[in-house]
Amino acid sequence: MTGSPIPRPRPLSPHLQIYRLTLTMTMSIVHRITGMGLYLGALLVAWWLIAASSGPNAYAVVEGFFGSIIGRLVLFGYTWALIHHMLGGIRHLVWDTGHGFGANEREWLTRATILGSIFLTILLWTGGLLMVGR
Amino acid sequence: MKPEGFDIRTPMGRVRGLGSARSGTQHFWQERLTAVAAIPLTIAFIVIVASVLGRNHAAVVQILGSPTVAILLLLFIVNSIYHMWLGMQVIIEDYVHHDVSKLACLMTNTFFCAAAALASVYAILKLSFGV
Repeated sequence: MTGSPIPRPRPLSPHLQIYRLTLTMTMSIVHRITGMGLYLGALLVAWWLIAASSGPNAYAVVEGFFGSIIGRLVLFGYTWALIHHMLGGIRHLVWDTGHGFGANEREWLTRATILGSIFLTILLWTGGLLMVGR
Repeated sequence: MKPEGFDIRTPMGRVRGLGSARSGTQHFWQERLTAVAAIPLTIAFIVIVASVLGRNHAAVVQILGSPTVAILLLLFIVNSIYHMWLGMQVIIEDYVHHDVSKLACLMTNTFFCAAAALASVYAILKLSFGV
């Protein structure tokens, strides 16, 4: 901890850049980044709910933003982050039980998280765009 | 400082409050608990958003304000924001090492989450009760 006197330099564990970047390591980082993205995304959800409860005019502003190119890109990113963080979270919950740590299992789980999140995001957006009719 | 061996406190008194207060795993456990709850609630949230896509404001208000939908939304919001409050705390503790900055970040995290949660909950209740 900073502020407390250190009598002599303590040995440090090797830093991140020492290790070769692996897929599971990358996914651990992505899990944290998507978590931070969703943190800010809570503002979008709050904005959407507040606008809906405020009235038709406020709701039209939100709809206008979410319907724009930038808005759709942000929402697409939010959707992917949400699905990816959920699937990654399920993977971590499996690991919490002590299972899935084998060389093949952990790689398989990691690939399933990436591919599953991309597949489900595209599936949801295809369905959504078909429903809206655009 | 008293010289060694002249402490009038009992060994129990010296260590009390310094070690585990049987709450060491609380943060870890709550992160997992809210993670498990987030799975069905996120699916519910996606279904709710899909059900209001492309509808006009009056229809959206009617759907979001109906008891089942509103309760699911409330559960989703409260659970998710509690989960992200815990998660952001871990991130801050991992990367912010300066005492003052860390304290400021941790406080901001709590303020942000409390405000986002309360604003969302208020909006959902307003949609339900139509005040």
